[in-house]
Amino acid sequence: MSVTPSNENIIPLIKKESMLVSLEHGIRQNGRKPFEYRPISITLGYAKKADGSALVKLGDTTVLAGVKLEEEQPFEDTPNQGNLVVNVELLPLAYETFEPGPPDENAIELSRVVDRSLRDSKSIDLTKLVIEPGKRVWTVWVDIYVLDYSGNVLDASTIAAIAALYDTKLPKLLQEGDSIKVIKEEKGERMPMNYPVVTVTVGKIGKYLIVDPDIEEEGILDTRLSISYTPDKRMVGIQKFGIGTFSMQEIDQVESIARQASAKILEELKKQLGIG
Amino acid sequence: MSQNQKPKLILENGLRTDGRKPDELRPMKMEIGVLKNADGSSIIEVGNTKIIAAVYGPKEIHPRHLALPGRATIRVRYHMMPFSTDERKSPSPSRREIEISKVIREALESSILVEQFPRSSIDVFMEVIQADAGTRLASLMAASLAVVDAGIPVKDIIAAVAVGKADGVIVLDLNEPEDMWGEADLPVAMMPSINQVNLIQMNGNLTPEEFKQAIDLASRGIQTIYNMEKETLKSKYIEFKEES
Repeated sequence: MSVTPSNENIIPLIKKESMLVSLEHGIRQNGRKPFEYRPISITLGYAKKADGSALVKLGDTTVLAGVKLEEEQPFEDTPNQGNLVVNVELLPLAYETFEPGPPDENAIELSRVVDRSLRDSKSIDLTKLVIEPGKRVWTVWVDIYVLDYSGNVLDASTIAAIAALYDTKLPKLLQEGDSIKVIKEEKGERMPMNYPVVTVTVGKIGKYLIVDPDIEEEGILDTRLSISYTPDKRMVGIQKFGIGTFSMQEIDQVESIARQASAKILEELKKQLGIG
Repeated sequence: MSQNQKPKLILENGLRTDGRKPDELRPMKMEIGVLKNADGSSIIEVGNTKIIAAVYGPKEIHPRHLALPGRATIRVRYHMMPFSTDERKSPSPSRREIEISKVIREALESSILVEQFPRSSIDVFMEVIQADAGTRLASLMAASLAVVDAGIPVKDIIAAVAVGKADGVIVLDLNEPEDMWGEADLPVAMMPSINQVNLIQMNGNLTPEEFKQAIDLASRGIQTIYNMEKETLKSKYIEFKEES
């Protein structure tokens, strides 16, 4: 059962009022402009036993993603593609109110939103993850762990997933007569990536829209909308989070703000990941 | 419906697999006050999708520590009956049902005047009897009608419809093949009289231009559905009047 949360950050009303006053002057309390994204830093190969990994910092928000590959049978309805499984966990070490235990509705929602962005963007060429058609394929496990929660973990999680996937190398395959052998100890080809995908979150406070809300801003947001984009500006996922509402005009505005931000983030990603 | 090959979603005559035009809604049926025990209840049918919803509350909350000082706590469960799908679905809550319960709760909470019922709870239960695309939105509408049936004040009733893209055509109110094989699925829920969107999600892929076209189409569909909802509520009261 989904229950109205009672342990959300309580932000003093005076803080909300001062944030609104700042926004009226076109600046945020954290010094950023309304549509300014926090700096992104990516460390590839942070977890060496993973087939690919990335530690991503978005401002103070820190997320670690690791990719593991396992040989499995394909699903019946997709005999000629690999499988993709995404899981996001909000670790208790990341924030005061996060508790140990199985993923709660927030973590499940995050996982599913990241999963849909990766899947629907066709960012990964799953058809190239086949070892033996109809019999043996790779299952790509993307596990994302939030280490330090400072707002907007969704955008950070998508970046971390993409970075870890670009860092991933598949185990080596060896043709032996009629059969194909997997040599786990040796690395083979790179993960077949088509292009990256990014998610941009835009928050709404009163009549103002802000990109990439931090933790304090999240506490006073009316609601937020996250949209995922590919490099050719296709929209590949939308999710609205939180209780408030948007007007149709605001949704239109959010879309164009998010689209512009996505281009910048993609550029940054390409630079840091060294991809064309 | 477990074919492996994508069927043609838009036929040569420009119609859809169920004979509808791209901007045509599925037939809908709705009724309120269908359960005796619940404070509010409803049944809604959208094409072959059938949902029953019940509301209990506002009432004293248990356990007490869930109580919020300035508003009601809303508790929502969206659940699919094991026989509601082609393949039997395990009755235990799936990750999908957990996500949907959350998005429905958030959408519903923004329509209810929760500040009027501090320290109490409003419990909303939805059961999917038949699943044939659009269950989250049909459930949300059923819940909204049941909330109103329970006499709980709201900003507006919620009307909702999914739009999407099938074989390159922007279509209104997706059916199951379109949901499964189409290029995009964009559920939208609104409080039409105040032009506020309670729920919006999308999976698949759309260009920004297609997205604009799609939400315009959704707004139009929502208006028609909204009028039907109002009719359903009014006719119930006329019934009462005639009885007395």
